[in-house]
Amino acid sequence: MKPAPFAYVRAENLAQVFDLLDEHGDDARILAGGQSLMATLNMRLSAPEVLIDINHIDGLSDITNDGTTLRIGALARHSQVLESADVAKMAPLIAQAMPHVAHQAIRNRGTFGGSIAFADPAAELPAVSRAIDAKILLQSRNGTRSVAANDFYLGLFETAMQPDELLVGVEVPGIADGERTAFLELARRSGDYAIVGIGVQGRIDGGTFSDMRLVFLGAGDRPILASAAADVLNGNPHNDETVAAAQAALDADLDPMSDLNGPPEMKMHLARVLTKRALTALAA
Amino acid sequence: MDQNVDITLTVNGQPVTRRVPARTNLVDFVRYELELTGSHVGCEHGVCGACTIRVDGQIVRGCLMLAAQADGAEVETIEGLSEDGSIADLQQAFHERNAVQCGFCTPGMLLTAEELLQKNPTPSREDIREFISGNYCRCPGYQAIVDAIERVANERNA
Repeated sequence: MKPAPFAYVRAENLAQVFDLLDEHGDDARILAGGQSLMATLNMRLSAPEVLIDINHIDGLSDITNDGTTLRIGALARHSQVLESADVAKMAPLIAQAMPHVAHQAIRNRGTFGGSIAFADPAAELPAVSRAIDAKILLQSRNGTRSVAANDFYLGLFETAMQPDELLVGVEVPGIADGERTAFLELARRSGDYAIVGIGVQGRIDGGTFSDMRLVFLGAGDRPILASAAADVLNGNPHNDETVAAAQAALDADLDPMSDLNGPPEMKMHLARVLTKRALTALAA
Repeated sequence: MDQNVDITLTVNGQPVTRRVPARTNLVDFVRYELELTGSHVGCEHGVCGACTIRVDGQIVRGCLMLAAQADGAEVETIEGLSEDGSIADLQQAFHERNAVQCGFCTPGMLLTAEELLQKNPTPSREDIREFISGNYCRCPGYQAIVDAIERVANERNA
């Protein structure tokens, strides 16, 4: 299908974006990479009156690393993030997740900030942002505020971002010495949205888990931080018994919805399978 | 507000200026406005890869980008790459290895394969499969396509 008619504005600066958001409110949509928005427009799941193209605003696509904090501009393309040495060094979980983000032609256009702002519960980057304690930078005419990823995702495609705000970047604390990461997902085709996926970051010192963070995608109405499973792991040795206890604890963490891929029971099963695989990968 | 946009871009090296409805996507623009029908329209939501077009040197989904967004860009389609001979070896290998049956996916496959070989001149079969995973083929299957791309990688490195 083809999109319903709309007007298009190529914004030159943030002030213009805020003016247009004021003027058009809910009738306007921000166009970043467009790799989700364009599909919903083509299918007429969304019919805004105005598209505000932010691709030509300077300064929104840089990836910077001051040695402590990694900052990824909202307009950094997935392919740019995938190839970034700073990302691989400071946030290896992002680097491990990135090959699973769609396909090359989509990664060449799709943006880091767009994926976070869209908050698809089956997408990789929103989930990863929770595991690595990312801060989401939201700018409005009144200034910029920072929202912890753990407070950002409120529900299905629902975030803490206000209608007058634009997501301008994401800040990530550099990974601490000794922390390990693993990212795995199951999809019908490489690069498609996950049926279920998992990101893990934490420590295994002397065979014992600590500081564990497990996040799941495709297992709820938003990216889910599995705190019950993490509690079971922390302070316990990496062995079959601990892993089985963490798998069992997922009952308290996850409440997956039925979708085209299958029923909740199947998703719970796959989440447990992935948990074991990810913990094995983490220990390797 | 105006639902039309003035754009100037180059397509296969030729300057093009048009006034287009803002909602026109890039692949429909090259097909209907410029009559370059080698880029195909399949799923129209970014899944199938038949609409793959090169913009500023990188492949994109032609259905997930507006023509309005290509203002100022350098766009290349399968027609341009065929004309300039830059993928003649891939086309020959697809032909000889029977990696083409109905041909619907072929332009997208060729542009994707060329980007792979530019980024990674020595891909493994697994690398090739991964890179073309965003392009659906429904006829002869992927085996022959992977064979053809692998052959060209080997030939270019010889």
